[in-house]
This record gives sequence, structure tokens and C-alpha cells, in this order.
Amino acid sequence: MSLLELDSVSVFYGQTQALHEVSLTVEPGEIVCLLGGNASGKSTTMKTILGLITPRTGEVRLAGERVTRLAPAGRIRLGLASVPEARRVFPEMSVEDNLLTGAFTRRKGVRAELASVYDTFPRLAERRRQHAGTLSGGEQQMLALGRALMSSPSLICMDEPTMGLAPIYVDRVLDLIADLNRERGLAVLMVEQNAELALSIAHRGYVLNTGHIALSGQADALLDTPAIRTAYLGA
Amino acid sequence: MLDTALAGLVNGSSYALLALGLSLIFGVANVINFAHASVFAVGAMSGWWFSVDLGWPLWTVLLGVMAVTGLLGLVINLVAVTPLAKAPPIAALLSTFAVSVVVDNGAQLVFGPETRRFPALLATDNLGLGGLRFGTLDVTILAVAIGLMLVLGWFLRATRYGRAIRAVAQDRDAAAQMGIPLARVQNLAFVVASVLGGVAGVLGGMYLNNISPTVGSTVGMSAFAAATLGGLGSLPGAVAGGLLLGVVEAFGVSWWGGNARTLITFAVLLLVLWVRPSGLFGKRSPLAAEPMTGTFFGAARTVRLRPWQVAVAAVAAYVVPAVALDDYTVQIGVQVVVYAILALSLTLVSGQAGQISLGQAAPLAIGAYTSALLTTGTGLDFWLSLPISGLVAAVLSVALVSPSWRLRGHYVSIATLATGLLVAAAAVNFDWLTNGPSGVSAIPPPTLFGAPVSAPLAVYFLDLTILLVVLLLVVRLRRSTLGRIWSAIREDEVAARSSGIAAAEYKSLAFGIGGFVAGIGGALFAQQYGYIDPSVFGISVSLLALTIVVLGGLNSPLGAVVGAIVLVGLPEALRMLEETRMLTYGLLLLAVVLFRPQGLMGKVAR
Ligand SMILES: Nc1ncnc2c1ncn2[C@@H]1O[C@H](COP(=O)(O)OP(=O)(O)OP(=O)(O)O)[C@@H](O)[C@H]1O
Ligand SMILES: [Mg+2]
Repeated sequence: MSLLELDSVSVFYGQTQALHEVSLTVEPGEIVCLLGGNASGKSTTMKTILGLITPRTGEVRLAGERVTRLAPAGRIRLGLASVPEARRVFPEMSVEDNLLTGAFTRRKGVRAELASVYDTFPRLAERRRQHAGTLSGGEQQMLALGRALMSSPSLICMDEPTMGLAPIYVDRVLDLIADLNRERGLAVLMVEQNAELALSIAHRGYVLNTGHIALSGQADALLDTPAIRTAYLGA
Repeated sequence: MLDTALAGLVNGSSYALLALGLSLIFGVANVINFAHASVFAVGAMSGWWFSVDLGWPLWTVLLGVMAVTGLLGLVINLVAVTPLAKAPPIAALLSTFAVSVVVDNGAQLVFGPETRRFPALLATDNLGLGGLRFGTLDVTILAVAIGLMLVLGWFLRATRYGRAIRAVAQDRDAAAQMGIPLARVQNLAFVVASVLGGVAGVLGGMYLNNISPTVGSTVGMSAFAAATLGGLGSLPGAVAGGLLLGVVEAFGVSWWGGNARTLITFAVLLLVLWVRPSGLFGKRSPLAAEPMTGTFFGAARTVRLRPWQVAVAAVAAYVVPAVALDDYTVQIGVQVVVYAILALSLTLVSGQAGQISLGQAAPLAIGAYTSALLTTGTGLDFWLSLPISGLVAAVLSVALVSPSWRLRGHYVSIATLATGLLVAAAAVNFDWLTNGPSGVSAIPPPTLFGAPVSAPLAVYFLDLTILLVVLLLVVRLRRSTLGRIWSAIREDEVAARSSGIAAAEYKSLAFGIGGFVAGIGGALFAQQYGYIDPSVFGISVSLLALTIVVLGGLNSPLGAVVGAIVLVGLPEALRMLEETRMLTYGLLLLAVVLFRPQGLMGKVAR
């Protein structure tokens, strides 16, 4: 059974259609990346999965359950978590309060999860009392990731996790995602601008073009696809 | 000295509790909750009822009041704020304003409008420390207020929903992605804020001794000034602003007397808006672009009448009263005409230039006083005083409002509100000029060809003629280049400025011309009644003017006239009582904002 399934999802903003019958799946333990040019509908897909936008037609399933009209909280309880576009940490809350906010939907095991996140990100433990707004971009990305982990998800959706980061942090973040995937079996659905980097850690990928799925396949196969090479890899 | 400071702190703690609620709601819902003042009043009135009629002790009174006002807060959010979540903030500002009118006047119907003594639940002068005398009352008020602030601080820091409130205030979208239920958090914020506001009502009632169902309006405005002083949205700022304003007011009152309180409050509020609009502690800049006020109503296109239809209506307006109406009805017509002139002035400011003004009573009052003082004091002829009144009103209202032009959206409305209240407060306080609260009397009627114009029909004809001239002026202005520039500023000020339009100057011009028209209306008003005092130009006049134009379709000159007939003529003709009339205005404004923002005369643009 797929962890996440989008079945012919169409999304509208008012009169204009942003997604046309998009179908995709994420299997347990997989890293899947979602590629596409500007305004192709990547963020819209992510928001639909999270429950911030309701599709006009089509269905969203999480762990086999239909969640098309379920609020975000219900989806988080089913094992979904998100790292929003541009990180969006709460700037005037402490690092620790940011993390606790990520555990809003759960009542048990919060302290244990907090300890485990601090274990994974010792840097956050050092700065637990500091306002999140004072962290560097890379640290904020760690915090956003840690915040997502606080709900003990089985699938994390990340919208451009490397955007605006210094080059050394780009690699760090991608390594971290690969580690979390390998060590915890965490599934990841990731939107990325940098197709080559994304496909280097992903198992599979989809390519969106003006709201349609234009291509999909195994990561290495996509890397070799001429269309991808010309469109995203500048080759 | 110390006595005064202590009194200021005690009174300021009520402001602080109210300001906390205002800032909490502003943070979570991005709304300036004008109904918060009414929460204070309901707290005071229900506290009075629990303790006097039911004989409850203080602590049960507090619990009961918390329950009542908490529920009220929930209702305010569900009725006036949540339905407008997708509209620009100005819509919720108007709807909460309407709710406050409904609640205040509803409470007047329930409890009766009179001022009553709040029972002395605690001693006021039984303790001493050094040379300082105070009572259990002062200690209790401070202790309860500080205790509640500490509880609030703990709640926001250490609980799941407290953190959720802070998260929503800082980043609504990100909070939603964490699974935080925004609607429930917003309800909670309103309940918490209103519980604090209700307690402030009881504490304030005990402190003030005397309360009435409209006690909220002055205290609420002070709290509002306190929240802005501290920085809207900042909770430490709300506490500091409340206490600071309480102390400043206390010293002002001890030096200049009780009437100075409102003058100080609104002077402080305006100064903060001019000098440091983000307040002492605020971080968010009120200068950043906000959705333009105009676009909320701008979607409406007004119904066009053909010229002959307008001409027929104008002739009928002259002929019908002359042949068919008695003096009483004609006098109602006079009132309608004066309010129509006031509403037309607002059409330019709010409809055309998109700056929602909650203080159009200011130029009306300035015009009325100018004319009254000139004709009684110097014996100047009415016809000379008329343009002078308009000019003085124009200059003063531009001078008071223009320093706020770098502000946007609802901050402009706050500035106009403060201006309106400041002018009324000045009329009370500047006795040497305005004769203070007792007002100016024996204002001579206008003269025409040497004969006094005092018969109702003659007055009506005079006013109607001036109304038609103003109407023509406004219609012509709308179609001129100037009108198009104002529209451009209303639709998108940033774009207008980047295409080289000096937005501030043009906004001032709109206020100036609007102020001139309103000033003329004020002069007519003064001459016809022969008597004016500051209470005539209260916030209810500004509210009525705004309701008239919103009902008429904000940007429609004819709509303003129709709105004046409906809102001024009908209640008068039906001989409605003052309270029921205000209640009706409030309900109407609420209904229009919720269900028909384009107004009665507007058509929705497609
Ligand atoms: N809230 C909205 N209202 C109306 N249209 C929107 C909204 N959000 C996105 N769109 C439109 O939907 C389309 C898809 O936008 P989306 O943000 O999903 O693209 P994206 O692939 O994430 O782009 P980017 O690479 O810029 O992040 C775009 O044409 C965009 O203009
Ligand atoms: Mg995007």
C-alpha cells in the first residue's frame, strides 16, 4: 500500500486551473522528488497534499485512507509532516517552542521526541532558548526539519528545502535528508529547483509542466532523459 | 504626587488589560477590534448586575463576568470577524465598529441609559504607607490585574494552545501547516481577550464608581491609544502602554481637570501615529503595504441615473415639501439635507480616494464652531462666514490628518478616528474659545436680502440649494482628471506613486475638499439650530456619516443622498428613540458590510 497517493487531482484558483489530473505516489521509505519550472504547480501540489487547498476533483489518500477533505491536523496524525517553502520558522519564538509547535497535534511522547530531535541536531540543543529569527538560514532549515520531525511522521513533504542556502548548507541538508531516509526509513517528497542534486539522493521523480505531470520515472533514468537534461541540467 | 501616580497605575491597569486583548486579537486575526470597548462595558454592567441585583461577592462576580464576556468575545468573532476573513482588514474594522454600536445600545435598552453607582465592594481609603493613602480596592485592582497578566504570560508560554496562539500571530500559514486549527485558535484568542476585557470592566467600574452602558467608549478609546502607544500586536507593549497612559492621564487630570482626559488620550494617540506608528515596542511596520482600503468597496460600480431623472428628483425635492408637507416634516428634510452634505464630503474622501474616515464629525464641528463664533462674536454676515467655515475646516482637518499619510489601511482609519475625537475633546477643553461644555448659543439665523431665513421651508430651500451645488461639484470632481488620480491612489497606491503621482498631496486635497464641504454643512447646522455644544459632534455623527455612504455605495454621490434619506429621514419620520435608532444604524452597517459591501446603490462589477 502506498504511503501517499494522488489520484487525478485537479486544483483551481478561482477560474484558473493550476493542476490538471495530477497522479503520483510515494511508497514507504522512498525519496521522491518533484521537479518543474517556475509556476508549474509544485507548491500547489504540496499544499493539496497537506490539506491547505482542497482539489475540485480527484482524490488524496494517505496510508490507504481517503483524506481529500481532511484538515491538516488529521493528516499529520496519519503520519504526514511538512517543511514549508522558505522554511517559515516562527521568528519570535524560541527554538524549543518552535519544535514544540511541530508537535501540536500529539499529546504523548513529546518530550522523548524533543530529546531525539536535539540528538539529531545538537546545534538546535545549544540554541534552544534563542529566538528562531536570530538563527542563520542553514540553522533555520535544520529547525524547520526538526519541527517537522516532532510529529514522528512517516512522510515529510519539503518545498525547496535548499532554497536560499549557502552552498555548504545545501549539501548538509541533502545529506541529512538521505540519512533520515536511510536510518529511520522516513519517506520524503521533495520539491527542488536543482534537479541534479535532488535526483542524486532521490529514488524516483516526477516532472510537472504547467500543472500536468509531464514525465516520471526512476531517478537515474530521469537524469539520463534528454528532455530533463536540456530543461533542468543546462546540458 | 505619589497619590496621583498610584491612581494612574490603578486606572492604567484597566487600560493595560484591555490593550492586551486588543493586541492579542490584532496579532492573531489582524483586526482592530472596535467591539472590545463594548466588552469592557458589558463587563462593568454585568458586574454591577451580579453584585447589586444578585448580591454576589466579588470573586463570583469576577467569574460570572468572565463567563459572560468570554461568550461575548466568541460571538463577536463568529459574527463580525470570521465571515470577513478573506476581505481586507478594513471590512472587519467596520463590522466590529458596528457590533460595538449594537452592543452598547442594546445594553442601554436592557439596563437603561442612566449612569449608576458601582457598589463599593471594597474599602477605598483604609490603608497607608508613608504619607500615601490608599485602599484595599487599589491593592485588589492591581493584584488582580497583575495576576491575570502573569497567568496570560504563563498560558502563552507554557501551554499547547498558548504556543499555538503565538505561532498563528507570527505566521498564519506556517501554523496551519503544523496542524494548528486556525479557526479554533482565533476563537480562543477572542475569548481570552474578552475575559480580560470583562475583568477590566469590573475593575474599572469599581475604580470609576459610576458606570453606564456606554462607559466603554471612553475607556475603550484610551485602551486603544495605549495599545497603539505600546505597539499594536505587542503584549509587553500593551501593558507598558496601558500603565504609562494611565499615569499620564492621572497627572493631566490633576493639573487641568477631568475634561482633559480625552484630550490627552487622543493627543497621545495622534502623536504616536505621527511620530512612531509602530509604537514603543512594536516590530511590524504599519508603513508596509497593506491591502488598499478602496478595493473592498471598489468592486462596486454605481447605478447611473439619467440626467432627466435627476432633474425630476431635484424639482420634486423643491416642490413637494412646499405644497404637501407640514413644518415638522420639512424640518426633518432640513436634517436630511445637512447630513447629505456631510455624507457627500465623505464620498470624496472615502469613496473616491479610498481613505476610510471614522472622524468626519471633525470638519463638521470645526465649520459649525467657526461660523457660530464668527457670527455671534464679531457679528459677521452669515454669507461671509460660510466660506470661511469651509476653509477653516479644510485647513485644520488636513493639518491634523496629513501627518498620517505615510500610514496605510486601518492605521489611516485610526488616525481619522483620533482626529474626530480630538476635535470634540478640544471643543470641551478650550473654553476660552469655544465656551467649553456649555457650547455656543443665540447663533443668529442666516439672512437673505436682509431678511432672516428662519421659517422651516425657507431654511430647507436654502440648504437644498447648497446641497445641489455640492452634489454638482462632487460629480464634476469625480469625472475630472483629479477624480481619476484619486481612483488610481485608491486602487493601488504603490503603483500610483511609482507612476509619479504625489499620493500624499492628492490625499490631502481630498481631505481638504471634503473638509470644506463638511465645514459648510457644519455652518448650516449651527445657524439653523441656533445652538451647538461639543456633545453634538461625537463619534456617533462620524459613524452615521460613514454608515450613510457605505449604505449608499461608498463611491456614489447620489447614493450618499439616498443613504441620508433612509438613515436620517426614516428614523425621524418614524419617531424612533435615540437608542433604537443607534441600534438600527449598527445593525444596518453590520448587515451591509457582511452581505452587501457594494451598498444599496452599487452594482457588483463583473
Ligand atoms: N493563491 C493563489 N491564487 C491564485 N493563483 C495562484 C495562487 N498560488 C499559485 N497560483 C498560481 O498557480 C500556478 C502554480 O503555482 P505554484 O506556486 O504551485 O508553482 P510552483 O511550481 O511552486 O512555482 P515556483 O517555482 O515559483 O515555486 C501559478 O500560475 C501561480 O500563479
Ligand atoms: Mg513553489
